Amino acid sequence: MLYAILCYHDENVVNGWSREEDDAVLAKRACVTDRLAAAGRHGPAVRLMPTTAAVTLSMGKEPVVLDGPFAETKEQLLGFYLLDFPSLEDAIATVREITQGETGKMEIRPLKLFVPGTLPK
Amino acid sequence: MTLAWIGSLLQAARPQVVGALLRNFRDLDQAEEAFQEASLRALKHWPVNGPPRDPAAWLIMVGRNAAIDAVRKRARTDPLPEEELISDLDDAEQVVAEQLDGSHYRDYVLRLLFTCCQRDLPATQQIALALRVVSGLTVTEIARAFLVSEAAMEQRITRAKRRIAEANLPFTTPDAIARSERAAAVAAMIYLLFNEGYSASGGTAQIRAPLCEEAIRLARLLLRLFPAEPEIMGLTALLLLQHARTPARLDTDGAIVLLEDQDRNKWDRDRIAEGHALLQKALRHRRPGPYQAQAAIAGVHAHAARAENTDWSEIDQHYALLEQLQPSPVVTLNRAVAVAKLHGANAALDLIAPLADSLSGYFHFFGVKGALLQRLGRADEARVAFDRAIALAHTPAEAAHIRQRLDQLMRASPPDPS
Repeated sequence: MLYAILCYHDENVVNGWSREEDDAVLAKRACVTDRLAAAGRHGPAVRLMPTTAAVTLSMGKEPVVLDGPFAETKEQLLGFYLLDFPSLEDAIATVREITQGETGKMEIRPLKLFVPGTLPK
Repeated sequence: MTLAWIGSLLQAARPQVVGALLRNFRDLDQAEEAFQEASLRALKHWPVNGPPRDPAAWLIMVGRNAAIDAVRKRARTDPLPEEELISDLDDAEQVVAEQLDGSHYRDYVLRLLFTCCQRDLPATQQIALALRVVSGLTVTEIARAFLVSEAAMEQRITRAKRRIAEANLPFTTPDAIARSERAAAVAAMIYLLFNEGYSASGGTAQIRAPLCEEAIRLARLLLRLFPAEPEIMGLTALLLLQHARTPARLDTDGAIVLLEDQDRNKWDRDRIAEGHALLQKALRHRRPGPYQAQAAIAGVHAHAARAENTDWSEIDQHYALLEQLQPSPVVTLNRAVAVAKLHGANAALDLIAPLADSLSGYFHFFGVKGALLQRLGRADEARVAFDRAIALAHTPAEAAHIRQRLDQLMRASPPDPS
């Protein structure tokens, strides 16, 4: 079974780490994740930019783009895409197209780091 | 849970907690003391019990209780129970947390930031106060960054606090106009703070770099308070894009390396990517402003993998917009650099000629003028301009840079001995 592991933390705290502190956390985690990667059990991993870099598309009859991250508690995280676009404008246009006629919210947040992983095809 | 972890939790929670406590006590010193007390208790309890679910709410609760406790002790009445004996602390935390999520929280933090930006406070006092009160840097750290003695900095901060107490800023909820005026004043203070750190060079650069980090932290905080404000996105983008160049800006001797000579592999790609993301968000609003225009200029530089790939016509357009939005001789001077690249040194000299009076005491004016004259082979005039620049240099690195240009001139065309 493939599991998605979603990382939650206070970004004020994490963005306040020095590079050394940040590296130390990643190095500690790598002791475990490197083992998984070597065994072909590590899928793609990403690190997201701060929520201030996000916009949220609120779907519906007339979709609205709101600045900032998804912040409601009524909906639950049900999945995500990793898509490549030349600009935020393209990203918004395409997400609108994908979700045409639906309801719900789509947060669009750029990545800070992408690790492709080692899962077999 | 190590002390370093607690330290970063305390630092991250500080603006919210001090903001809320200030709302409570209406006195900056008292709010800071209560935060201090709550932090001490956190250092005692968190390593044992683990951090609370909502550190900010915990600190506000404990800070309030501690302050009330102190007042009661002074009044010789019964003290309040210790916080570990309060059985409903969890529920109380919940209530505080809910308040913090709402618009109250935004106004508390904004008010705290704005408190440091009183119009009649000199810029250096505003910055020092923000570093002390909002960022929680010690007076020793701030004095070091400003290259003054600790006593002088202590006095500067005390004076600023007294002026603030006298100004008696009301605690009423600001309306939309007041809120956006406050945001603009805070943005200006953050911009100044960044420049304090960024303009450093030589031996002081290392010491002052944390000012840039702190400015970025405050800009992000302000942006979270105003998530849909394009100028604050622009400000944050500008600081990130500029700071991205820091690793390449000075050589090993601390001398300034010009943008076109910098090793662009040393630029911080994470900061550039985040700056671009914020700038793109800002531009969608189609409400241009000076921070966005400056960020766009920094963005064009960041985009060019090599100096010769720089899109100077785009930079010239952004400067033209900036001249409209915020007319200033310094902006025109900067534009001249783009104009020289596009239309030649003569066109640039024509552009800066009218600035001679207003910038007669400005180092960069003579630096740019000298470089343009040098390019046109007008060596004697260039030498005069460079001499003037050296006389006006603020830092040894600035002077050293101009001396290099003079050496080049000397080698190419020795001065007429007559």
